[in-house]
Amino acid sequence: MRSYRSRRKWKNRIASLLALVCVLVALVPLVSILMEVVSRGAPAIDWAFLTERTKSSGAPDSGIGNAILGSLLLVMWASLIGLPFGILTGVYVSEYGDNWFGRTVRFFNDILANFPSVVIGLFAYSLIVTVIGFSLISGAFALAIIMIPIVANTTEDALRMVPNSLREASLALGVPRWRTVLKVIISNGRSGLVTGALLAIARVAGETAPLILTSFGNNFWETGLTEPVAALPLVIFRNAMSPYADLQEQAWGAALVLITMVLSLNVVVRLLTRKRMKLYKAVKKTWKERLSLNV
Amino acid sequence: MMRPTRKHGSRRSRASLEDKLFKYSVMGIAALVLALLWSLVVKLVFDAQTSIETFGIDFLTSTIWDPNRDLYTALPFIFGTLMTSAVAIVIGVPISIGIAIYLSELAPAWIREPLSFLIELLAAVPSVIYGLWAIYTLRPVLTGSVEPFLMDALGWTPFFEGAAFGIDKLASGIILAVMIIPTVASVSKESMMAVPDSQREAALSLGATKYESTRMAVLSYARSGIFGATILGLGRAVGETMAVTMTIGNANIISWSLLDPGQTMASVIANNWGEADGLMLSSLIEIGVVLFIVALLINVCARLMVGRVMKAVPMTGGGL
Repeated sequence: MRSYRSRRKWKNRIASLLALVCVLVALVPLVSILMEVVSRGAPAIDWAFLTERTKSSGAPDSGIGNAILGSLLLVMWASLIGLPFGILTGVYVSEYGDNWFGRTVRFFNDILANFPSVVIGLFAYSLIVTVIGFSLISGAFALAIIMIPIVANTTEDALRMVPNSLREASLALGVPRWRTVLKVIISNGRSGLVTGALLAIARVAGETAPLILTSFGNNFWETGLTEPVAALPLVIFRNAMSPYADLQEQAWGAALVLITMVLSLNVVVRLLTRKRMKLYKAVKKTWKERLSLNV
Repeated sequence: MMRPTRKHGSRRSRASLEDKLFKYSVMGIAALVLALLWSLVVKLVFDAQTSIETFGIDFLTSTIWDPNRDLYTALPFIFGTLMTSAVAIVIGVPISIGIAIYLSELAPAWIREPLSFLIELLAAVPSVIYGLWAIYTLRPVLTGSVEPFLMDALGWTPFFEGAAFGIDKLASGIILAVMIIPTVASVSKESMMAVPDSQREAALSLGATKYESTRMAVLSYARSGIFGATILGLGRAVGETMAVTMTIGNANIISWSLLDPGQTMASVIANNWGEADGLMLSSLIEIGVVLFIVALLINVCARLMVGRVMKAVPMTGGGL
């Protein structure tokens, strides 16, 4: 009897330990990636590296300035297309979507949010590249399609968190529903909208596969919408398997720049959401307190 | 007396007209996004027409990919996708379930949130950086110790024949396992946390240890959620492009050995894009259509299985 009980206890301990080991195993790659990218990427970075354009191996003053600019342009154009569509889709689903069409939109948003980005790159290719060739706008279009479901889902969540009493108060004052949505609901869910947008930007900043199919890459300072454009992930991909040490170093430097951008965006989002969650809990608490006082 | 009433009425009808206008324009935008995507699918099928007509059903069952003879079929890539995804699931899912159990059942409250955030950060690292890391850091570990060990221990199976080269299906599978962990762990954790406390308490009050209550109450209750999470992870592994392209070795062959290079549906597209034209381009697009159908089926299954818990998929992310 005693040994049976102690065997169960040991089983319990071993299982708990195994679960903890799983967490640690998963964190090994994360820590290793961060350390490697910093230790191999930092030596590559200096002023010329960040401001010069990419040149072939051995050329002095080769840099990733044009790739940084290209990535910024791609993300900017993608946001200009993707954010309005994503936010308005989210508004529809949250405020008017309590019917079969709203449920359909939601269903496909969830599916699209997990969709292979290479297929989305193919969409952009067949729509735009077949007409005007590899170009900035086709890359931005692909990234925009990736952004839309992310932004729509976060917008929907943010607007659902706006208390119904606000909607009712505004409608009771005779404000039409569309003005209620625009002035009261969206401005109350504003911080949620911002975090959604930042998340979507962090996500597309690192996208590579769709860019191979659409914006292709460029060694020169190119900003035209219909021209191929450089991007950080493309520099990493093309140089990673290069036999030349200086190009490999360039890949690591670009990786450091890219991972800094993406991770800091993610940390900012985390801080914003935590603040909002606290606020949300505070509101809920006073509400409960008020309720108990009334009773 | 009449005038104000009439005026009031007209203002109200204007407001309701504006309301309708707003509602339908927002709805129109949502519809437009959906319609655009589905019309693009049709356009893709149209672009793949040459390949579909040339190869017919052989495209899915024949194993030749030969640019010199202008013959292109997809079976080696479907096979490669299945192999690498299977490795990813076999390695990644047990670890993810362990993480989910730790985060939902065992961890002290103060550490839960920071740990979940760290796990989700795994999804934030861009795929191309995973690839870079795999080439320079994971590969020496694989060639130095992991693959020789596997060849010694399991060399008698068909899966571990060949040389320890480190750029092969095993490397891709391991990288994919790391990449699906945040998805599978987060969704599993979410469905475990949805298990009512009364279930745990019932088991504990009968004298069960934490391990037994987790196994009997939590895991059996959250089973469908965990299964859905696995399917979601599979969807991610199937469509993942860059990290696989950089680690799989790009060989258009079918080989059961994980130590041989291969090619997946996604990686063959990424690898051949710049150079492809004509029939080859059309075939690559057809592979994309096949990938689209597979990903669609997987994601619809997962969505039906886990419902809106699917939203727990970390949207942090550096992209694929």
